[in-house]
Amino acid sequence: MTRLALFGTRRSLRILERNALVYRSQWLMLVSGFFEPLFYLLSIGIGLNHLVGDLHVHGRVVSYATFVAPGMLATSAMNGAMIDTVFNTFFKLKISHTYDALLSTPLEVTDVALGEVWWALARATVYGASFIACMALLGDAGSWWVVLCWPGAILTSLAFSCIGLAACTYVRSWQDFDLVTLVQLPLFLFSATFFPISLYPRWLGAIVSFSPLYQSASLLRGFSLGQFDWMMVIRAGYLVAIALVGLRIASQRFRRILTP
Amino acid sequence: MTAERVVEARHLVKRFGSFEAVKGIDVAIDRGESFGFLGPNGAGKTSTMRMMSAVSQPTEGTITIFGLDPRTDGPDIRRRLGVVAQEDSLELELSVRLNLEMFGRYFDLPRRVVRERVDELLDFAQLTERADDKVDNLSGGMKRRLTIARGLINQPEILILDEPTTGLDPQARHLLWDRLYRLKREGVTLIITTHYMDEAEQLCDRLVVMDRGTIVAEGAPRTLIERYSTREVVELRFSTDDHEEFHSRLSPFAERVEVLPDRVLLYVNEGDETLMEIHAAGITPSSALVRRSSLEDVFLHLTGRTLTD
Repeated sequence: MTRLALFGTRRSLRILERNALVYRSQWLMLVSGFFEPLFYLLSIGIGLNHLVGDLHVHGRVVSYATFVAPGMLATSAMNGAMIDTVFNTFFKLKISHTYDALLSTPLEVTDVALGEVWWALARATVYGASFIACMALLGDAGSWWVVLCWPGAILTSLAFSCIGLAACTYVRSWQDFDLVTLVQLPLFLFSATFFPISLYPRWLGAIVSFSPLYQSASLLRGFSLGQFDWMMVIRAGYLVAIALVGLRIASQRFRRILTP
Repeated sequence: MTAERVVEARHLVKRFGSFEAVKGIDVAIDRGESFGFLGPNGAGKTSTMRMMSAVSQPTEGTITIFGLDPRTDGPDIRRRLGVVAQEDSLELELSVRLNLEMFGRYFDLPRRVVRERVDELLDFAQLTERADDKVDNLSGGMKRRLTIARGLINQPEILILDEPTTGLDPQARHLLWDRLYRLKREGVTLIITTHYMDEAEQLCDRLVVMDRGTIVAEGAPRTLIERYSTREVVELRFSTDDHEEFHSRLSPFAERVEVLPDRVLLYVNEGDETLMEIHAAGITPSSALVRRSSLEDVFLHLTGRTLTD
């Protein structure tokens, strides 16, 4: 294991171990993660389904619930990753000083940042599975390809946990979390998560295409409906690129804060 | 036989922006020594400690720990160090035992080894009965002992303690000192920062006095006292607002006179004799105390200020 490992070493898995141990005593928070997808699917899916009716997606007619479910999955993955990285990591970074003690062990700053990403991914793995199971049970899965939404949700979590990790290093106090919400809410509302991007004027659609949530929702929708095209490779690549840049920024900022 | 050098720092500088916290210090520490950094808050002790812990990098100068360079071998150095920082930063949600077990895992120790050591450390820190309690519920002294126990989980060759007893009551301090003696006897190298002169005198074989980022004196506590102070000190208080007025009147009685806001210190060899002479000269302090010189006096002599300023 060389110190030059740009994104951390195998030791980062210790952070995963640590978080699992600490959150074991906060199991209620973990259980709530299972209910979130159900709430999304029941409220927006079933509720709006009757009002909106069916939609045409690339020549296929699908119910609104089927159309919106992958968008909700993407949103749920984003929220989960952001809560974990922005809020919880901020607390450990600047309030409880958890990392200060950790860095007196062989762990490096990059291991700590990467470890928090592992944790977000572990949670996304569990929540993603439960969300997709709910989709299938409620008849909102567009095809058997929906199983690909699972790695898709994990990829979404990867991108947003890295963004969140970088963002949390800029948070100075609890008030600054309003700024995070200020970014997260329009991202949720304008990323064509619950209607097709074709409804937007061209110029707005072009802006929206930069939204990682839009790319994720489109990717997951393609998976759920079993409609594949080359754009999906670009979408996935975009999310990976965001993750790499975010993690790099996060590691550098962590280093400045923790080992000045 | 010469002892093995475990820490060697040359012209160590640490800057934060334009502020220079450590201004080019040289330090060499041998295996088995207990070495102290004595100085007031803001002297640069913690910055020095963090560089010796292979956590922060020096701005200038070089430091080697076990002959290794922290720039390239940080994890390998830290694997052999125990660090007790000023803040406990324990996992408050976890039990005492789990705090120790988890910390052992950061050192890649097998679970079986960790469990064995945890039992020993719980005993060492006198926390066996509280092993399954949440750390949040422990007293300050218990948390401090747990932090020290945690720093020992990897059986370190050097234990670095930054202000280990600040904020503890006298009883808790003495218990901690006792634990540190035990480690010293077992051959662990101790590096301690403190602004308590009694702590430095009690624990350190050798120490440096730091002030404003520089080392102003170095040696064994007794040697420093002999070199920079007299055998005894007479402390006099007068019922006055300004003790300065007694400076010239008292100078003839002592080798050196220091005036503090609330008292005058006379540096002499025979305190009781001096006191009798002062009384004979018709000077009547409202209270008088004769004591032995301490490191506090060394610091006052070297910097013109008290340690708690």
